[in-house]
Amino acid sequence: MSKASEYWMANIKLVALCIAIWFVVSFVFGIFLVDQLNTVRIGGYQLGFWFAQQGSIYTFVALIFFYAYRMNILDRKHGVHED
Amino acid sequence: MDLKMMTFLVVGATFALYIFIAIRARAASTSEFYVAGKGIHPVLNGMATGADWMSAASFISMAGLIAFKGYDASVYLMGWTGGYVLLAMLLAPYLRKYGKFTVPEFIGDRFYSKAARGVAILCLIVASLTYVIGQMKGVGVAFSRFLEVPFDTGVYVGMTIVFIYAVLGGMKGITYTQIAQYCVLIFAYTVPAVFISLQLTGNPIPQLGLGSTMSGTDGVYLLDKLDLICTDLGFKAYTAQKGSTLDLFLLTMSLMIGTAGLPHVITRFFTVPKVRDARSSAGWALVFIAILYTTAPAVGAMARLNLMDTIQIGEVGAPDGNLVYDDAPAWFSNWEKTGLLAFEDKNSDGRIQYYGPGLDDKAAGFGWQGNEMVKVDRDIMVLANPEIAKLPNWVIALVAAGGIAAALSTAAGLLLAISSSISHDLLKGILMPDITEKTELLASRIAMGGAIVVAGLLGLNPPGFAAQVVALAFGLAASSIFPALMMGIFNRRMNQQGAIAGMLAGLFSTLIYIFWFKGWFFIQGTNMAPDNAAHWFLGISPGSFGAVGAVINFAVAYGVSKVTPPPPEEIQALVENIRVPSGTGGASVG
Repeated sequence: MSKASEYWMANIKLVALCIAIWFVVSFVFGIFLVDQLNTVRIGGYQLGFWFAQQGSIYTFVALIFFYAYRMNILDRKHGVHED
Repeated sequence: MDLKMMTFLVVGATFALYIFIAIRARAASTSEFYVAGKGIHPVLNGMATGADWMSAASFISMAGLIAFKGYDASVYLMGWTGGYVLLAMLLAPYLRKYGKFTVPEFIGDRFYSKAARGVAILCLIVASLTYVIGQMKGVGVAFSRFLEVPFDTGVYVGMTIVFIYAVLGGMKGITYTQIAQYCVLIFAYTVPAVFISLQLTGNPIPQLGLGSTMSGTDGVYLLDKLDLICTDLGFKAYTAQKGSTLDLFLLTMSLMIGTAGLPHVITRFFTVPKVRDARSSAGWALVFIAILYTTAPAVGAMARLNLMDTIQIGEVGAPDGNLVYDDAPAWFSNWEKTGLLAFEDKNSDGRIQYYGPGLDDKAAGFGWQGNEMVKVDRDIMVLANPEIAKLPNWVIALVAAGGIAAALSTAAGLLLAISSSISHDLLKGILMPDITEKTELLASRIAMGGAIVVAGLLGLNPPGFAAQVVALAFGLAASSIFPALMMGIFNRRMNQQGAIAGMLAGLFSTLIYIFWFKGWFFIQGTNMAPDNAAHWFLGISPGSFGAVGAVINFAVAYGVSKVTPPPPEEIQALVENIRVPSGTGGASVG
């Protein structure tokens, strides 16, 4: 496998992981399993409701920075970083 | 100082700031005009993206939508933020590496086809123009409500301000102005929220206040109290789901994909210096957006609670349980005057009864003859909030300036996307490839001026369908632009036949589905079926169809590309090249 396609495969893996988490916190926790999660409470929030209106957004932010951080490492490891 | 004077001062000061920035940040080249010379720091670009993204709808309408829809409004919260994850990982870094100016330009180059570029220009202009109408209208509304000047004057003033900084500075001027506008709008949004959260829960952070106990009670949670009041008065519980799960899912997905495919947002990531910056800048953009989007649920819930508590002062059904109309607070009558709040004393008892359909059986027994709050426009929730919470005048003035900043910043971003696709893609790319950079820069300024005039005129006489077309903008972005961009990057084998067939299939399936229920070209009475859940295909609302259109686009494009020849070698090399960050150029003239 060439160097470029190794880098690309590693990138795809990372993206797939992040997109899976993106899908789970918003669609699964916030919509599909909202009733089940709502039986759990954190403070005044029902957990499903919290994911739908707060938790998913916090996770999105964390995910993008995680992705950016891991990509920078990947860029260096494969020697394709800028400058 | 009275409120009107104060509002003039605050709004005037923000306008002076925007013009000052415009004069400092003039664009001298096409690169500066289209992409701010690709020299914007990623954090600042994130802030500008936040202002660009958060429109009059986010600032004024969203909290009201949440207040009345409760849990179901989560689709907007997740939908309008989750798209940034897709943008950061699937589009932004690669489009920045490709290193040119516009979205149609990438589509035209990648699919080696002027026809593909043409389809992209069409989608972009329709999506952006429909979107900008609402912004111009928002500016007019903010002016007429807070400064008591005629609606038209408000739109003209807004047009003039945008004209000055957008025509002069292009993307460079717009970016620096948007940074200032972000600061104004986020301050204006969070200050009243902090005050109200303190009043209700004793917790100054609205995001935590929403999950806290009410002050003055022995440990009753705010959301529980809200659920209880809602169900007591015959409304569905605030935190309960009302719509169908499939439609909530598809609407959230359509808004996410649509967000990632809206050209004025994508273009913002062409302005940072490096590929690395494009990734982190998307994160910063979402940080700045999330500050407002996580505050909005608290604003919505607390506004709903305040409204119901103001009206239902005692036990439901008790003779003195409802507010006497003559005792209603000043904000109540102020908003009645605007027609956005309307009360009708149906049982002539001089008291206000506000209840939902679930209480109809019992209500007759109380001597109630129907819900008397015949109109509660959701838009008043954010605007009336400071008055309801009895906050000082400067906070109210600030909210006016914030609303105007939100509308102007989004309008400017959209206008830039429209004008650059006309001057760069249509004129330079297709019609007159030989024009010099200087001529192109002049053409882009004229196109910008023209776009402002058209948007202003449409804002003055909004077509009846102005509210519905936002669904169209997202539907087009989701069903045509996003899939084409993604396949252009992630599928090296994707060729022009597949991409064009896919874009057209996605575009037309979504258009036809929307028109089927909303009327052809939104002309009333020409719809083929009533616009309600019983007639929708599988219960999918027209606004949620973008995600289905995107799937159709992907499927058609993949199928067609399989049976047609692969793209030329140099295109496959281009795809290989944009996949790695190294070798990013600065601004290149396309």
